[in-house]
Amino acid sequence: MSTDDLKKTPLFDAHVAAGARMVPFAGYSMPVQYKDGVLKEHLWTREHAGLFDVSHMGQARIRGENPARSFEKVVSADYQGLKAGKQRYGVLLNAAGGIVDDLMTARPDDDGLFVVVNGACKDNDYAIIAAALEGEATVTRLEDRALLALQGPQAAAVLAAHVPEAAEMVFMDARALTAFGVDAIISRSGYTGEDGYEISVPASDAARIWNTLLEDERVKPIGLGARDSLRLEAGLPLYGHDLDETVSPIEAGLNFAVGKSRREAGDFLGAERITKELAGDLARVRVNLKVLEGAPAREGADIADAEGNVIGKVTSGGFGPSFGGAIAIGFVPPAFAVVGETLKVIVRGKPAAALVVASPFVPTRYVRKL
Amino acid sequence: MRFTKDHEWVAVEGDIATVGITAYAAEQLGDVVFVEVPEVGKTVGQGDQLAVVESVKAASDVYAPVSGEVVEANAELADAPETVNALPEAGGWFAKLKLSNPAEVDALMDRDAYEAFLSTL
Repeated sequence: MSTDDLKKTPLFDAHVAAGARMVPFAGYSMPVQYKDGVLKEHLWTREHAGLFDVSHMGQARIRGENPARSFEKVVSADYQGLKAGKQRYGVLLNAAGGIVDDLMTARPDDDGLFVVVNGACKDNDYAIIAAALEGEATVTRLEDRALLALQGPQAAAVLAAHVPEAAEMVFMDARALTAFGVDAIISRSGYTGEDGYEISVPASDAARIWNTLLEDERVKPIGLGARDSLRLEAGLPLYGHDLDETVSPIEAGLNFAVGKSRREAGDFLGAERITKELAGDLARVRVNLKVLEGAPAREGADIADAEGNVIGKVTSGGFGPSFGGAIAIGFVPPAFAVVGETLKVIVRGKPAAALVVASPFVPTRYVRKL
Repeated sequence: MRFTKDHEWVAVEGDIATVGITAYAAEQLGDVVFVEVPEVGKTVGQGDQLAVVESVKAASDVYAPVSGEVVEANAELADAPETVNALPEAGGWFAKLKLSNPAEVDALMDRDAYEAFLSTL
Protein backbone atom coordinates (compact mmCIF):
# COMPACT_ATOMS: atom_id res chain seq x y z
CA MET A 1 0.00 0.00 0.00
CA SER A 2 1.47 3.37 -0.91
CA THR A 3 1.42 6.19 1.62
CA ASP A 4 -1.21 7.94 -0.51
CA ASP A 5 -3.67 5.10 0.07
CA LEU A 6 -3.45 5.40 3.83
CA LYS A 7 -6.45 6.73 5.66
CA LYS A 8 -6.13 9.62 8.08
CA THR A 9 -7.79 9.97 11.45
CA PRO A 10 -9.36 13.33 12.34
CA LEU A 11 -6.18 14.00 14.37
CA PHE A 12 -3.67 13.52 11.53
CA ASP A 13 -2.85 17.23 11.24
CA ALA A 14 -2.47 17.53 15.01
CA HIS A 15 0.05 14.65 15.03
CA VAL A 16 2.12 16.15 12.22
CA ALA A 17 2.07 19.57 13.89
CA ALA A 18 3.33 17.96 17.12
CA GLY A 19 6.32 16.46 15.26
CA ALA A 20 5.08 12.88 15.20
CA ARG A 21 6.79 10.23 13.10
CA MET A 22 3.91 8.79 11.06
CA VAL A 23 3.83 5.15 9.98
CA PRO A 24 1.30 2.91 8.19
CA PHE A 25 -0.78 1.00 10.74
CA ALA A 26 -4.05 -0.86 10.15
CA GLY A 27 -4.52 1.04 6.88
CA TYR A 28 -4.05 4.42 8.56
CA SER A 29 -1.16 6.84 8.82
CA MET A 30 -0.56 6.83 12.58
CA PRO A 31 1.97 8.38 14.97
CA VAL A 32 4.52 5.81 16.14
CA GLN A 33 6.24 8.37 18.36
CA TYR A 34 6.53 12.09 18.96
CA LYS A 35 9.67 14.11 19.63
CA ASP A 36 10.38 12.61 23.08
CA GLY A 37 10.63 9.06 21.70
CA VAL A 38 9.17 5.73 22.79
CA LEU A 39 11.08 5.34 26.06
CA LYS A 40 10.17 8.75 27.50
CA GLU A 41 6.58 8.50 26.25
CA HIS A 42 6.20 5.11 27.92
CA LEU A 43 7.53 6.37 31.25
CA TRP A 44 5.47 9.58 31.04
CA THR A 45 2.30 7.51 30.71
CA ARG A 46 3.21 5.39 33.74
CA GLU A 47 3.96 8.52 35.82
CA HIS A 48 1.55 11.16 34.51
CA ALA A 49 -1.03 10.93 31.70
CA GLY A 50 -0.59 9.92 28.07
CA LEU A 51 -3.02 10.87 25.33
CA PHE A 52 -3.42 8.37 22.48
CA ASP A 53 -5.26 8.63 19.19
CA VAL A 54 -7.01 5.29 18.70
CA SER A 55 -9.44 6.56 16.08
CA HIS A 56 -8.28 3.83 13.67
CA MET A 57 -10.24 1.38 15.78
CA GLY A 58 -13.77 0.54 14.72
CA GLN A 59 -16.74 1.94 16.62
CA ALA A 60 -20.23 0.61 16.00
CA ARG A 61 -23.71 0.38 17.45
CA ILE A 62 -25.69 -2.83 17.55
CA ARG A 63 -29.39 -2.12 17.69
CA GLY A 64 -32.47 -4.30 17.68
CA GLU A 65 -35.12 -5.82 19.90
CA ASN A 66 -32.60 -7.82 21.92
CA PRO A 67 -29.25 -6.85 20.41
CA ALA A 68 -27.18 -8.69 23.01
CA ARG A 69 -28.94 -11.99 22.33
CA SER A 70 -28.24 -11.73 18.61
CA PHE A 71 -24.66 -10.57 19.16
CA GLU A 72 -23.92 -13.47 21.49
CA LYS A 73 -24.15 -15.88 18.54
CA VAL A 74 -20.64 -14.86 17.49
CA VAL A 75 -19.02 -13.64 20.70
CA SER A 76 -18.04 -15.44 23.87
CA ALA A 77 -18.90 -12.96 26.59
CA ASP A 78 -22.20 -12.67 28.42
CA TYR A 79 -23.70 -9.51 26.94
CA GLN A 80 -27.32 -10.23 27.87
CA GLY A 81 -26.15 -9.99 31.45
CA LEU A 82 -24.19 -6.76 30.85
CA LYS A 83 -25.67 -4.09 33.11
CA ALA A 84 -26.46 -0.57 31.94
CA GLY A 85 -23.43 1.67 32.29
CA LYS A 86 -20.92 -1.19 32.07
CA GLN A 87 -18.46 -2.49 29.49
CA ARG A 88 -17.11 -6.02 29.00
CA TYR A 89 -14.21 -7.59 27.08
CA GLY A 90 -15.05 -10.41 24.70
CA VAL A 91 -13.79 -12.27 21.66
CA LEU A 92 -15.35 -12.81 18.27
CA LEU A 93 -15.00 -16.51 17.45
CA ASN A 94 -14.80 -18.72 14.40
CA ALA A 95 -16.38 -22.20 14.17
CA ALA A 96 -13.09 -23.80 15.25
CA GLY A 97 -13.00 -21.77 18.47
CA GLY A 98 -10.27 -19.44 17.18
CA ILE A 99 -10.27 -15.72 17.84
CA VAL A 100 -11.36 -13.56 14.88
CA ASP A 101 -10.91 -10.40 16.96
CA ASP A 102 -11.06 -9.19 20.53
CA LEU A 103 -13.41 -6.37 21.33
CA MET A 104 -14.99 -4.18 23.97
CA THR A 105 -18.76 -3.94 24.21
CA ALA A 106 -20.62 -1.44 26.36
CA ARG A 107 -24.17 -0.51 27.25
CA PRO A 108 -23.60 3.22 27.75
CA ASP A 109 -27.24 4.24 27.23
CA ASP A 110 -30.53 2.88 25.84
CA ASP A 111 -29.30 2.91 22.24
CA GLY A 112 -28.35 -0.77 22.03
CA LEU A 113 -24.74 -1.85 22.42
CA PHE A 114 -21.61 0.18 21.67
CA VAL A 115 -18.78 -1.93 20.26
CA VAL A 116 -15.08 -1.10 19.74
CA VAL A 117 -13.05 -3.46 17.52
CA ASN A 118 -9.48 -3.54 16.24
CA GLY A 119 -8.74 -1.28 13.26
CA ALA A 120 -7.15 -3.95 11.09
CA CYS A 121 -10.07 -6.33 11.67
CA LYS A 122 -13.07 -4.05 11.43
CA ASP A 123 -14.39 -4.81 7.91
CA ASN A 124 -14.28 -8.56 8.53
CA ASP A 125 -15.76 -8.15 12.03
CA TYR A 126 -18.70 -6.08 10.82
CA ALA A 127 -19.48 -8.59 8.05
CA ILE A 128 -19.48 -11.48 10.53
CA ILE A 129 -21.55 -9.57 13.08
CA ALA A 130 -24.03 -8.37 10.45
CA ALA A 131 -24.52 -11.93 9.17
CA ALA A 132 -25.15 -13.18 12.71
CA LEU A 133 -27.62 -10.40 13.46
CA GLU A 134 -29.56 -10.70 10.20
CA GLY A 135 -33.28 -10.21 10.68
CA GLU A 136 -32.92 -9.55 14.39
CA ALA A 137 -30.59 -6.60 14.84
CA THR A 138 -28.29 -4.30 12.89
CA VAL A 139 -24.70 -3.22 13.17
CA THR A 140 -24.06 0.42 12.27
CA ARG A 141 -20.53 1.75 11.85
CA LEU A 142 -19.89 5.06 13.55
CA GLU A 143 -17.46 6.38 10.92
CA ASP A 144 -17.98 9.96 12.03
CA ARG A 145 -16.51 9.44 15.47
CA ALA A 146 -12.96 9.61 16.81
CA LEU A 147 -11.58 7.72 19.80
CA LEU A 148 -9.04 9.10 22.26
CA ALA A 149 -7.43 7.23 25.15
CA LEU A 150 -6.19 9.11 28.20
CA GLN A 151 -4.08 6.77 30.31
CA GLY A 152 -1.97 7.05 33.43
CA PRO A 153 -2.16 7.83 37.16
CA GLN A 154 -3.11 11.47 36.52
CA ALA A 155 -5.72 10.69 33.85
CA ALA A 156 -8.64 10.77 36.29
CA ALA A 157 -7.74 14.17 37.70
CA VAL A 158 -7.15 15.59 34.22
CA LEU A 159 -10.44 14.36 32.80
CA ALA A 160 -12.47 15.26 35.89
CA ALA A 161 -11.48 18.89 35.39
CA HIS A 162 -13.49 18.82 32.15
CA VAL A 163 -15.96 16.01 32.83
CA PRO A 164 -16.80 15.81 36.56
CA GLU A 165 -18.80 12.58 36.04
CA ALA A 166 -15.60 10.79 34.99
CA ALA A 167 -14.39 10.84 38.59
CA GLU A 168 -17.46 8.85 39.68
CA MET A 169 -16.76 6.00 37.27
CA VAL A 170 -14.80 2.83 38.11
CA PHE A 171 -12.94 0.38 35.88
CA MET A 172 -15.14 -0.87 33.02
CA ASP A 173 -17.90 1.68 33.60
CA ALA A 174 -19.16 3.19 30.35
CA ARG A 175 -21.44 6.20 30.00
CA ALA A 176 -22.95 8.26 27.23
CA LEU A 177 -22.82 11.85 28.41
CA THR A 178 -22.23 15.40 27.31
CA ALA A 179 -18.54 16.22 27.58
CA PHE A 180 -16.55 19.03 26.01
CA GLY A 181 -19.90 20.32 24.74
CA VAL A 182 -20.59 17.29 22.55
CA ASP A 183 -22.13 13.84 22.86
CA ALA A 184 -19.41 11.56 24.16
CA ILE A 185 -19.16 7.93 25.19
CA ILE A 186 -16.61 7.53 27.96
CA SER A 187 -15.41 4.29 29.49
CA ARG A 188 -12.93 3.91 32.33
CA SER A 189 -10.67 1.47 30.54
CA GLY A 190 -7.76 1.25 28.15
CA TYR A 191 -4.93 -1.02 27.12
CA THR A 192 -1.90 0.17 29.06
CA GLY A 193 -2.46 -1.39 32.49
CA GLU A 194 -2.92 2.09 33.90
CA ASP A 195 -6.05 3.75 35.17
CA GLY A 196 -7.56 5.79 32.36
CA TYR A 197 -10.36 6.41 29.92
CA GLU A 198 -11.37 5.84 26.34
CA ILE A 199 -13.32 8.80 24.98
CA SER A 200 -15.47 8.54 21.85
CA VAL A 201 -16.37 11.94 20.38
CA PRO A 202 -17.65 13.30 17.05
CA ALA A 203 -14.81 13.42 14.50
CA SER A 204 -15.48 17.11 13.86
CA ASP A 205 -14.65 17.96 17.49
CA ALA A 206 -11.75 15.54 17.97
CA ALA A 207 -8.89 17.98 17.31
CA ARG A 208 -10.39 20.61 19.64
CA ILE A 209 -10.79 18.06 22.45
CA TRP A 210 -7.31 16.61 21.81
CA ASN A 211 -5.77 20.08 22.08
CA THR A 212 -7.84 20.94 25.15
CA LEU A 213 -6.52 17.87 26.97
CA LEU A 214 -2.95 18.64 25.88
CA GLU A 215 -3.19 22.11 27.41
CA ASP A 216 -2.90 20.34 30.77
CA GLU A 217 0.78 20.06 31.62
CA ARG A 218 0.22 16.55 33.01
CA VAL A 219 -0.70 15.30 29.53
CA LYS A 220 1.56 14.46 26.58
CA PRO A 221 0.69 12.83 23.26
CA ILE A 222 1.90 9.22 23.05
CA GLY A 223 2.48 7.14 19.92
CA LEU A 224 1.95 3.52 18.91
CA GLY A 225 5.47 2.54 19.97
CA ALA A 226 4.86 3.24 23.63
CA ARG A 227 1.31 1.93 23.36
CA ASP A 228 2.81 -1.43 22.42
CA SER A 229 5.43 -1.52 25.19
CA LEU A 230 2.84 -0.40 27.76
CA ARG A 231 0.35 -3.13 26.83
CA LEU A 232 3.13 -5.74 26.74
CA GLU A 233 4.23 -4.83 30.29
CA ALA A 234 0.58 -5.03 31.36
CA GLY A 235 0.49 -8.60 30.00
CA LEU A 236 -2.28 -7.71 27.57
CA PRO A 237 -2.37 -9.79 24.38
CA LEU A 238 -2.50 -8.01 21.03
CA TYR A 239 -4.57 -9.17 18.10
CA GLY A 240 -2.50 -10.15 15.06
CA HIS A 241 0.42 -11.01 17.32
CA ASP A 242 -0.60 -12.98 20.43
CA LEU A 243 -4.11 -13.64 19.18
CA ASP A 244 -5.22 -14.90 15.79
CA GLU A 245 -7.74 -17.26 14.19
CA THR A 246 -5.82 -20.35 15.36
CA VAL A 247 -5.62 -19.28 19.01
CA SER A 248 -8.56 -19.97 21.32
CA PRO A 249 -9.44 -17.68 24.22
CA ILE A 250 -8.55 -20.47 26.65
CA GLU A 251 -5.09 -20.97 25.14
CA ALA A 252 -4.63 -17.22 25.38
CA GLY A 253 -5.59 -17.21 29.06
CA LEU A 254 -8.72 -15.20 28.35
CA ASN A 255 -11.07 -17.58 30.17
CA PHE A 256 -12.80 -14.57 31.71
CA ALA A 257 -13.92 -13.56 28.19
CA VAL A 258 -16.10 -16.69 28.02
CA GLY A 259 -19.05 -15.89 30.28
CA LYS A 260 -20.24 -18.33 32.91
CA SER A 261 -23.76 -18.48 31.48
CA ARG A 262 -22.26 -19.00 28.02
CA ARG A 263 -20.13 -21.94 29.20
CA GLU A 264 -23.19 -23.58 30.71
CA ALA A 265 -25.23 -23.05 27.55
CA GLY A 266 -22.36 -23.92 25.17
CA ASP A 267 -24.19 -21.82 22.61
CA PHE A 268 -21.31 -20.05 20.86
CA LEU A 269 -19.17 -20.80 17.82
CA GLY A 270 -16.31 -23.17 18.59
CA ALA A 271 -17.95 -24.30 21.84
CA GLU A 272 -16.79 -27.88 21.31
CA ARG A 273 -13.09 -26.98 21.44
CA ILE A 274 -13.47 -24.35 24.12
CA THR A 275 -15.44 -26.66 26.43
CA LYS A 276 -12.72 -29.32 26.07
CA GLU A 277 -9.99 -26.79 26.76
CA LEU A 278 -11.80 -25.40 29.79
CA ALA A 279 -11.74 -28.97 31.15
CA GLY A 280 -7.94 -28.95 30.82
CA ASP A 281 -7.38 -30.52 27.41
CA LEU A 282 -4.99 -27.90 26.05
CA ALA A 283 -2.05 -28.17 23.64
CA ARG A 284 -0.52 -24.76 24.37
CA VAL A 285 -1.05 -21.80 26.62
CA ARG A 286 0.14 -18.22 26.80
CA VAL A 287 3.07 -17.50 29.09
CA ASN A 288 4.92 -14.39 30.20
CA LEU A 289 8.70 -14.62 29.97
CA LYS A 290 11.37 -12.51 31.61
CA VAL A 291 14.46 -12.79 29.38
CA LEU A 292 17.36 -13.17 31.79
CA GLU A 293 20.29 -12.58 29.43
CA GLY A 294 21.16 -11.18 26.04
CA ALA A 295 18.96 -9.42 23.54
CA PRO A 296 15.21 -8.96 23.74
CA ALA A 297 13.32 -11.90 22.20
CA ARG A 298 11.02 -10.55 19.50
CA GLU A 299 7.94 -11.97 17.82
CA GLY A 300 8.80 -15.22 15.99
CA ALA A 301 11.70 -16.27 18.25
CA ASP A 302 11.61 -19.94 19.25
CA ILE A 303 11.09 -20.96 22.87
CA ALA A 304 12.97 -24.09 24.00
CA ASP A 305 12.96 -26.22 27.14
CA ALA A 306 16.01 -26.52 29.41
CA GLU A 307 17.46 -29.23 27.11
CA GLY A 308 17.10 -27.04 24.05
CA ASN A 309 14.06 -28.73 22.45
CA VAL A 310 11.87 -26.16 20.72
CA ILE A 311 8.47 -26.13 22.47
CA GLY A 312 6.89 -22.87 21.34
CA LYS A 313 7.20 -19.38 19.94
CA VAL A 314 7.36 -15.81 21.13
CA THR A 315 4.35 -13.85 19.86
CA SER A 316 5.27 -10.42 21.29
CA GLY A 317 8.50 -9.31 22.83
CA GLY A 318 10.69 -6.36 23.47
CA PHE A 319 12.13 -4.15 26.15
CA GLY A 320 9.89 -3.11 29.02
CA PRO A 321 10.95 0.42 30.00
CA SER A 322 9.17 0.34 33.40
CA PHE A 323 10.02 -3.32 33.96
CA GLY A 324 13.65 -2.50 33.17
CA GLY A 325 14.46 -5.48 31.01
CA ALA A 326 13.51 -7.72 28.13
CA ILE A 327 10.07 -9.32 28.32
CA ALA A 328 8.01 -11.51 26.04
CA ILE A 329 4.66 -13.21 25.59
CA GLY A 330 4.63 -16.62 23.94
CA PHE A 331 2.87 -19.97 23.74
CA VAL A 332 4.16 -23.28 25.17
CA PRO A 333 2.62 -26.61 26.25
CA PRO A 334 0.90 -26.30 29.66
CA ALA A 335 3.53 -28.45 31.42
CA PHE A 336 6.08 -25.67 30.84
CA ALA A 337 3.77 -22.79 31.69
CA VAL A 338 4.59 -22.85 35.37
CA VAL A 339 5.72 -19.67 37.10
CA GLY A 340 9.35 -20.12 38.07
CA GLU A 341 10.15 -22.53 35.21
CA THR A 342 13.36 -21.67 33.37
CA LEU A 343 13.09 -21.94 29.60
CA LYS A 344 15.21 -20.63 26.74
CA VAL A 345 14.51 -18.14 24.00
CA ILE A 346 16.47 -18.47 20.78
CA VAL A 347 17.50 -15.05 19.49
CA ARG A 348 19.52 -15.00 16.24
CA GLY A 349 20.50 -18.62 16.85
CA LYS A 350 21.67 -18.07 20.42
CA PRO A 351 19.77 -19.66 23.31
CA ALA A 352 19.28 -17.40 26.32
CA ALA A 353 17.65 -18.19 29.66
CA ALA A 354 14.11 -16.93 30.19
CA LEU A 355 11.99 -17.29 33.30
CA VAL A 356 8.24 -17.93 33.27
CA VAL A 357 6.75 -15.14 35.38
CA ALA A 358 3.26 -14.15 36.48
CA SER A 359 1.17 -11.67 34.52
CA PRO A 360 1.30 -8.69 34.45
CA PHE A 361 4.99 -7.76 34.24
CA VAL A 362 4.23 -4.39 35.82
CA PRO A 363 1.35 -4.11 38.34
CA THR A 364 -1.84 -2.75 36.81
CA ARG A 365 -3.54 0.23 38.41
CA TYR A 366 -7.18 -0.11 37.43
CA VAL A 367 -9.55 1.71 39.79
CA ARG A 368 -12.11 -0.92 40.68
CA LYS A 369 -13.55 0.86 43.72
CA LEU A 370 -13.76 4.54 44.65
CA MET B 1 35.73 9.63 8.91
CA ARG B 2 33.99 7.82 6.05
CA PHE B 3 30.35 6.81 5.68
CA THR B 4 28.11 4.20 4.03
CA LYS B 5 24.62 4.46 2.60
CA ASP B 6 23.53 2.17 5.46
CA HIS B 7 24.58 4.96 7.86
CA GLU B 8 27.67 3.37 9.35
CA TRP B 9 30.87 5.37 9.89
CA VAL B 10 34.51 4.28 9.84
CA ALA B 11 37.43 6.10 11.40
CA VAL B 12 40.84 4.74 10.41
CA GLU B 13 44.08 4.97 12.38
CA GLY B 14 46.94 3.00 10.85
CA ASP B 15 45.38 -0.30 9.82
CA ILE B 16 42.64 -0.24 12.47
CA ALA B 17 39.13 0.96 11.60
CA THR B 18 36.68 1.94 14.34
CA VAL B 19 33.05 1.39 13.28
CA GLY B 20 29.80 2.89 14.49
CA ILE B 21 26.47 4.24 13.24
CA THR B 22 25.83 7.86 12.35
CA ALA B 23 23.83 10.39 14.35
CA TYR B 24 21.17 10.16 11.65
CA ALA B 25 20.87 6.38 12.14
CA ALA B 26 20.79 6.71 15.93
CA GLU B 27 18.02 9.29 15.65
CA GLN B 28 16.01 7.05 13.32
CA LEU B 29 16.40 4.03 15.61
CA GLY B 30 15.13 5.82 18.67
CA ASP B 31 16.14 4.80 22.17
CA VAL B 32 18.71 2.02 22.02
CA VAL B 33 18.17 -0.53 24.79
CA PHE B 34 20.53 -3.35 23.78
CA VAL B 35 23.59 -3.74 21.58
CA GLU B 36 25.07 -7.04 20.45
CA VAL B 37 28.74 -6.47 19.56
CA PRO B 38 30.86 -9.00 17.62
CA GLU B 39 33.34 -11.37 19.23
CA VAL B 40 37.02 -10.52 19.04
CA GLY B 41 38.69 -12.65 16.39
CA LYS B 42 35.65 -12.80 14.12
CA THR B 43 36.43 -12.06 10.46
CA VAL B 44 33.89 -10.08 8.47
CA GLY B 45 33.61 -9.16 4.83
CA GLN B 46 32.33 -5.80 3.63
CA GLY B 47 28.54 -5.78 4.04
CA ASP B 48 28.44 -8.68 6.52
CA GLN B 49 26.43 -8.33 9.70
CA LEU B 50 28.72 -6.89 12.35
CA ALA B 51 26.46 -5.93 15.26
CA VAL B 52 22.79 -5.69 16.22
CA VAL B 53 21.21 -2.60 17.74
CA GLU B 54 17.87 -2.92 19.47
CA SER B 55 15.48 -0.10 20.25
CA VAL B 56 12.41 -0.55 22.47
CA LYS B 57 10.49 -1.63 19.40
CA ALA B 58 12.84 -3.36 16.96
CA ALA B 59 16.19 -4.96 16.20
CA SER B 60 18.39 -3.54 13.41
CA ASP B 61 21.51 -5.04 11.87
CA VAL B 62 24.72 -3.04 11.59
CA TYR B 63 26.84 -4.05 8.60
CA ALA B 64 30.61 -4.05 8.34
CA PRO B 65 31.53 -1.05 6.16
CA VAL B 66 34.89 -2.67 5.41
CA SER B 67 36.44 -6.14 5.57
CA GLY B 68 38.65 -7.17 8.45
CA GLU B 69 39.16 -9.00 11.71
CA VAL B 70 37.51 -7.79 14.91
CA VAL B 71 40.33 -6.81 17.28
CA GLU B 72 38.21 -5.06 19.90
CA ALA B 73 34.49 -4.75 20.71
CA ASN B 74 32.96 -1.96 22.78
CA ALA B 75 32.12 -3.86 25.98
CA GLU B 76 30.78 -0.69 27.65
CA LEU B 77 27.68 -0.81 25.45
CA ALA B 78 26.44 -3.85 27.39
CA ASP B 79 25.81 -1.68 30.45
CA ALA B 80 25.21 1.61 28.67
CA PRO B 81 23.48 0.97 25.31
CA GLU B 82 22.11 4.52 25.45
CA THR B 83 25.63 5.73 24.57
CA VAL B 84 24.74 4.92 20.95
CA ASN B 85 22.09 7.67 21.08
CA ALA B 86 24.13 10.08 23.17
CA LEU B 87 27.47 9.79 21.38
CA PRO B 88 26.88 7.87 18.15
CA GLU B 89 30.04 9.08 16.44
CA ALA B 90 32.30 8.77 19.50
CA GLY B 91 31.71 6.57 22.60
CA GLY B 92 28.92 4.66 20.87
CA TRP B 93 31.29 2.78 18.53
CA PHE B 94 30.74 -0.97 18.16
CA ALA B 95 34.02 -2.58 17.07
CA LYS B 96 37.55 -2.01 15.85
CA LEU B 97 38.55 -3.95 12.76
CA LYS B 98 42.02 -4.74 11.47
CA LEU B 99 41.62 -3.81 7.81
CA SER B 100 42.15 -6.58 5.30
CA ASN B 101 41.51 -4.34 2.27
CA PRO B 102 42.29 -0.68 3.05
CA ALA B 103 41.18 0.36 -0.45
CA GLU B 104 37.56 -0.24 0.64
CA VAL B 105 37.80 2.78 2.95
CA ASP B 106 38.67 5.15 0.13
CA ALA B 107 35.59 4.08 -1.82
CA LEU B 108 33.24 5.17 1.01
CA MET B 109 31.64 8.62 1.19
CA ASP B 110 33.38 11.50 2.95
CA ARG B 111 31.28 13.70 5.24
CA ASP B 112 30.26 16.15 2.52
CA ALA B 113 29.12 13.32 0.26
CA TYR B 114 27.25 11.69 3.16
CA GLU B 115 25.52 14.98 4.07
CA ALA B 116 24.53 15.35 0.43
CA PHE B 117 23.20 11.76 0.47
CA LEU B 118 21.16 12.49 3.63
CA SER B 119 19.58 15.50 1.95
CA THR B 120 18.16 13.17 -0.72
CA LEU B 121 16.36 10.95 1.83
